[in-house]
Parts: sequence; structure tokens; C-alpha cells
Amino acid sequence: MATIQINVNGTNRQIDDIDPSTPLLWALRDHLGMIGTKFGCGKGLCGACTVHYNGTAVRSCSTPVSAADGQSITTIEGLAQDGEHLHPLQEAWMEHDVPQCGYCQAGQMMNAASLLNTNPKPSNQDIDNAMAGNICRCGTYTRIRKAIHTAARNGGAK
Amino acid sequence: MKNDIYSYDLIPDVDMPAEFVERMNRMSSETVDEGTLELPRRQFLKLSGIAGGGLVLAFMLGGRPKAQAAHHKSSEQAFSPNAFVQIKPDGTIVIAAKNPEVGQGVKTFLPMIVAEELEVPWESVTVIQSEIDKERFGAQSAGGSQSTPRNWTPLRQAGAVARTMLIAAAAQEWGVSPSECKADQGYVVGKSKKQKLSYAKLASKAAVLEIPDATKVKLKERSEYKLLGKFIPGVDNHKLVTGQPLFGIDQQLPGLLYAVYVKCPSFYGKVKRVNLGDIKNLPGVVDAFIVEGNSIDGQLSPGVAIVAKTTYQAFLAEKALQVSWDKSVASNESWGDFKELALDLTSKPGPVSEESGSMDKAIKSADKEVEGFYTYPFLSHSNLEPQNCTAWFHGGKMEFWAPTQTPQAIAGAVSKILGIEESKVIINQLRGGGGFGRRLINDFACEAAAIAHKVDAPVKLMWNRESDMAHDFYRVGGFHNLKGTLNSKGKLTGLQDRTIVFTNKADGKPVRGGNVRAANIQCPEIPNVRLETHKIPLTVPCGWWRAPTSCSVAWVFQSFIHEMATAAERDHLEFLLEQYGEPQWFGKKTARDFNTERAINVTKAAAKKGNWGKKIKKGQGRGLSFYFSHLGYFAEVAEVTVDSSNNVKVDRVVVACDVGILLNKSGGENQVQGSVVDAISTLANQEITFEEGAVKEQNFDDYPLLRMPSHPKIEIEWLTTDHSPTGLGEPAFPPAVAAVTNAIFAATGKRIRTMPISKEGFRIV
Repeated sequence: MATIQINVNGTNRQIDDIDPSTPLLWALRDHLGMIGTKFGCGKGLCGACTVHYNGTAVRSCSTPVSAADGQSITTIEGLAQDGEHLHPLQEAWMEHDVPQCGYCQAGQMMNAASLLNTNPKPSNQDIDNAMAGNICRCGTYTRIRKAIHTAARNGGAK
Repeated sequence: MKNDIYSYDLIPDVDMPAEFVERMNRMSSETVDEGTLELPRRQFLKLSGIAGGGLVLAFMLGGRPKAQAAHHKSSEQAFSPNAFVQIKPDGTIVIAAKNPEVGQGVKTFLPMIVAEELEVPWESVTVIQSEIDKERFGAQSAGGSQSTPRNWTPLRQAGAVARTMLIAAAAQEWGVSPSECKADQGYVVGKSKKQKLSYAKLASKAAVLEIPDATKVKLKERSEYKLLGKFIPGVDNHKLVTGQPLFGIDQQLPGLLYAVYVKCPSFYGKVKRVNLGDIKNLPGVVDAFIVEGNSIDGQLSPGVAIVAKTTYQAFLAEKALQVSWDKSVASNESWGDFKELALDLTSKPGPVSEESGSMDKAIKSADKEVEGFYTYPFLSHSNLEPQNCTAWFHGGKMEFWAPTQTPQAIAGAVSKILGIEESKVIINQLRGGGGFGRRLINDFACEAAAIAHKVDAPVKLMWNRESDMAHDFYRVGGFHNLKGTLNSKGKLTGLQDRTIVFTNKADGKPVRGGNVRAANIQCPEIPNVRLETHKIPLTVPCGWWRAPTSCSVAWVFQSFIHEMATAAERDHLEFLLEQYGEPQWFGKKTARDFNTERAINVTKAAAKKGNWGKKIKKGQGRGLSFYFSHLGYFAEVAEVTVDSSNNVKVDRVVVACDVGILLNKSGGENQVQGSVVDAISTLANQEITFEEGAVKEQNFDDYPLLRMPSHPKIEIEWLTTDHSPTGLGEPAFPPAVAAVTNAIFAATGKRIRTMPISKEGFRIV
């Protein structure tokens, strides 16, 4: 059992008495009560659990919480950085009405945000390649791609 | 004879207590018949009176005027003439969304129907998820694309009743006749310019008026619609994009514990021995115990429950679990054995289950015979949110927070399992991360109940991906040995299907989604049709999977019709249209009966938009397909590019459909796009196999779902007709499969008769 310190969405959080092998996903959900990050496959195959680890997209189901000790984690709850305005990706997701069931969308948006950080004006091909690790069982790919383009136009690379 | 075949109702019933099915059928006899505009109005009323539809409405829409008025005695009353509408004096307009949301958009489009008739701006509406209450909301379920047809009339009436009363209240205020007033976006206006009152101002007054008969209020003409048909984003989008709790898995409660439930890998095996002592000593484990189960299909299979302080601790304990299973009563079936048996059985004549004309004569006089053996596998639903359910046994009541498609079915099942009265079961319905038919069956809720019953705390049962894939209720696999005959003029004179119908061991009836009927061929002009069915009893649990039955057999028949057209050296479009015959409407001419006029129209529209008959590059192919399912008519044209290594890129899928009218342009488009993607996902490389009664595939590495780079361009043409609207969760799926495989044939000359196409050496890229 360990004590872990993580900066989550700009706030320092301490988790006491946790098995250090606990996936970051379950640390967020069960220990910190942050349920925006979703469980899909537990093996890094579907991307539903995507969060940012020091600004880069990782699969939280396959990242032990011990690896996040002393690091910065951003989750869907913290994607809108200033708290008042949504992130351009969130705006675009609503404008295009991307979600069907919506379960994968937090992971999709976190992955897309990571893409825009490194590639502010991605092509269709760039988007397809970068998003290939995120499954949408409902098949919203057409709209995800559109929404990423819209967000890119609206300054999504922040 | 043909009329007999095509009078068969192809809408499968979903898994609900008989009383709900009966009630919904009564309702649909009204809502569906009415919308077809064929029955004279008087006859319709009479018919619905006999069917008891009026009664259903009365009870759904309030119907006890004085009691309602007496209910709210304060001077500032909220106006709520029925369970769906509430207008508060502060101007808040609340509309209840009654059915479970699993991604089909129902939480948005059903309230839109109410808002349209209520005549309010959509922006002013607050949508709430209703409680589960059959007395007030009627049947609450998400299945069979039935939310739209079953609620279309009652919800329009719910809105119209409220609007009529608000108009009456204003008329009373002004001392004029209601006919001199009209509703306009949250206001009632009279003839004079001064006569304008908001719904908020009228709410208290309207609240004490007598509630009119819902079946007699005037509904809007379609030409008057302001909201329906527009692009309306989902009401939960803000919560979804900011990660707020909505889904079953998101439920949190003080003192919540987390559970896993481990079942025998071979279906229905029992626990013989288990290391419970070791498990109970593991960190965080609160309890571990054996659950006997009740052996009722879809309820509680035997297993071992582990309850822990966190999900991860429960998962770790599951890994340490050592169970010796008693497989004497378990399934020992294997997919490979079934394939061999089916091949053998369908090579021989079987019992004739339906025949129209004489297939023997067709064979005798045939100029050409074509045979094809088609196979498709079992499939998993693979909801991205694995099955889960939170239950809490407190104060003698069992309370659930359940992501389910059939919330009203839980109480009955739990009552049987635990002996708790149905009235002591409380259901909170939560969003489901995908449905596709999986959550019509409440096994996860039964398991959660059995666990929570033994634990003095709320418990969230969490399945992992592997248990979700190993314990699904699968889309049943199938086999069809087809024979078609052509005459010297290249006309299709006969079609014979020697098929397998898997049956429940318990009652001998076809498994869910497993019945095959001649009507599934959907080619009424074929003069001679014979269906021979061999039955095989099955233990592997099967369920309803997006467009049950249609999702598999549409591919078989729409492929084979293409095969016959090719053998006749005729254009597929012309050949397919010939099979519909003249425009005609079978059976009782309800929305459930096959209407070839609608089939012809969508087929021609898809062909036109899909550039049918126009030149296409070498290596590319165009495929056509049609299907009528879940009251919707869909024709689709797929364009593919196939390279020399059999890599298939689906470039474009054109969809033409007739669902009456489109209620929500956004939600509707989403469902069609999603169905096409799902079809390609399925045909690419999905197959559930089992050996000794245990499923082999475990996760998305060996049961892959389509990913973004492979999704095609999808174009949709909505044909608007006077028919009642129908749901869109399912009917775009069935024809998409054959459109793609027919296109692969057009590109390569290779006929795909085994699903998925990876079995035939093709790969979707």
C-alpha cells in the first residue's frame, strides 16, 4: 500500500492507502470519485480511459497509479482549463452532436486534444491515424472527424 | 398464398413480461394503423376501441380531471395535465423522457414530439429522465426500434392536451371562444393585439380545468411542424462532454462497495469447489460467497460473488479465484460441431415449414439452377460500457441504478429470485453506454440483486470486458443452403432455402432472433418459394442483436438475389425491382406489413444517388441491397475499392430510406451512420466461437471493432411519406451488409458466402 500525490486538473490530490499497481483509471474513479474517465477494455485496446499524462494522451487503464505519483494528469473534467469556457473540442462535439451513447467520447476528446497540441491543423489522414486507437461502438467516426476539424479552426490547440 | 407469407409479422417481441408485450401490441395497433392513413377514421376509432387503445391512453395521459385539479390547490399552481408535461408559473417547462437512453437518442426525440404539439420553443424546455412507473408512463423500454411508433400518437396527444387546455384558459380569461385563440411558441394569442398571454401566466388557470379526452384533441398537421425534422443535438451533450455522471457505471453512493460475479466459462456450469477462505483474506475483500442461481434463461446463472472496497481489489481477487466447476449440466457445445452438423443437415431435404407455389415444378422446368451455401457466425453486442448495475437492499426494499433497456422487467425477475414483492423493487434508470439489444436482458441486475441482498451496503456489480464477451446473449449464427431457378427468359421462378433454426432446449421455440420465415426473403414476385427448416436445440444463450433476424438473413437473401441476377446476366437493380412486382401492400396494410411501393421508391432513390449503372474505375465495385425491417424501408449502394491483396476499402455508402418522416435530423443521421459503420465492423472480422460451451474470444484484440480509418463516407436521402414515423436504431443495418459484399463481387467477381469476410480472404482497411 502506498500514498500517491497527483496533480489532477491543476489541483494536488493525495491518495492514501492504495495498492500502487492500481490502474490510474480506478484510482480516479473509485478513490477520487472522478467518473468522467471510462472503463472499456482494461487492456489499452479501446481508448475509453484516455487521459493526459503531463500533457500527452495515455490509457489510464494500463497506467499504474504509481507511475502518476508526482505527475500532472488531466481528465475530461479538466479539459476546459479556465472553468468558464468549454474547450473548443467540447464546443465542437456539441455543435456537431457527436455522441450517440457517448460512453467513448471522453476518451475520444482527450485523445483529440493531445493530437491538436502536437498538430494544430490535422488533415483527415492525420486524424484517422491519431484516432485509430479509440473505438466508438456506435460508429460516430464521421462526426468525430468533423468536430476535430471545427475545433482546430477554433483554436483547439491550447 | 403470397399474401399468407407476407402477412407474417416480422417484428420480434423483446424480452418483457407478457403483460407489457400485450399492452404495447394494443397500443401499436392504434398508433401504427392510424399513421398508415389507409383505414377510414371511423373504422380506426372503432378498431382502437375494441383493442382497448383508448383505455391505455387514458391511463397514460392522466384521465382523471377532477382529481388532477384537486391535487394542486395553491394559487400558484404548476400545470401538469399528464405525466409528460409540467409548466410552472415561473415559466419552467419540463418534459419527461420516459424511455431508456442507450445511444439511440430517445431522451431527445420523444420529448421533441411533446414539445412540438405543446407548441413551445425547444430552448425553453427542460428534459428530465422520468421515473419508472407503468401506471403513468405506460411501457418503458428501448427495443425493436419501437419507441417511435409506439409513442408517436400518445406523446403528440400529451402535448396537444396541454396546449388545448392552455388555449381554453386564455379564452376564458378573455371571454372569447377557444377557436379565436391559437398557441404560438409558449404563448396563447387572441384576435386582438392585446390578447397575448404566456404559458407561465396561464399555468395556474389551466391547472384547474377539466382535462379533455386525449383522443379527441386536435393534433397539428405535419405542415405546421416547427421542431420535428430539425437538427437537434442530444439533451445530455453538455454532461457528456464535461464528464458528468450519467451512465450506470458512474453511480456513486455513500459506503458503496464493488463486486464481481464469476460464472462458469461453459454456460450454466455450477460451482463445485472454490477457495473462498483465501479470497476473503485478500486486501479490500469484504465478502465472497457462492450464488446458486435459478437456472432461468436471462436471469441468474450460478457463480461466485466477490465484494470489495474498490473495483480493482475485486478484479485482483477474481484473478486469485480458483473454482472447480461442475460442468455436468453446462453447455458442451462447439461452433465447429454445429457447422459440420448444419452442413450435413442442409444438404438433405428437411421438413417444409412454408411453401408458396411448387418448388419441385420450378426445378423441373428450370433453364438454370444456382446453389449457394451461406453461413454467418454468432456475434457479441460489445457495448463499450461493460455490463454493470448498482443495487442496495435497504428497509426491505431493493433499489437499483441500472443501465437497462427494459427497466420494467427487473422487478418481476428479482421478485422470482429473492422473493421480494414487486412493489418493493425501485428502479432508477441510468444511461447505457450502448444497447444494441444486450441490455434488454437483465441478468446483470439479477446478479447485483443477489449480491446486494447478502451485503449490508450498496453494491456496484462491475463486469470486466472478458466477462462481458464470455457471458453475452449472442446474435445467433446461421446456415442457409439456397437454390434458385431461372427460366429461359432470365426470370427468377423459384427460391428454396434449406436452413437451420436453433431452438431453446426448454420450450423448443426458436432462440431469440433466430426464427427464419419465407417473408424474410422480401421478394413477393417469386412464384415458387420453399422454406425447409431443420431444428437444432441450443444451450448457448442468444439474445436480440440490433435488427434481430434481419441483421443476418438480409445479407443472405440480398446476396443471393444478386447471385441470381448475375446468373441471369441481368442488371441487379432491374432484377431486384422485378421481384417486388407491382406496388402493393400485403396483409392488413399496417406499418408492419410489407409495402412494395415503399420498397420500389427507396430502391430507385438509392440507385440514383448511388450512380447506379454509371462507369466505375477498375478495381472498384458498386453493390446494391434493400431491406424492410422494424417498419423502416432502406436501400443502400456501397462503393468499394479492392486491391490485388484483397484489401477492401469501403469508399462510400449511399442510403435511401422511408421512415415516414424524420423526427430529429441529427439523431436520425447519427443512427444511420452508426448502423452502416456497425455493419462494416461486423462483416469485417467479427466472430464469436465457442468450444465445450465456452466462448473463445475475450477482448477487442480477438473480437475487433471498426476503427476510424476504415469508416466510409455515408450519404443519406430521406424520403418523406405520409406514413407514421418509425425508429432508426435498427433498419439501416440489415441492407448495409449485402451492399458491401455485393460491391466486393462487382469489383472482384468473388462471391462472399461466409461471414465475416476475413474467412473468404478479404480484409477491410
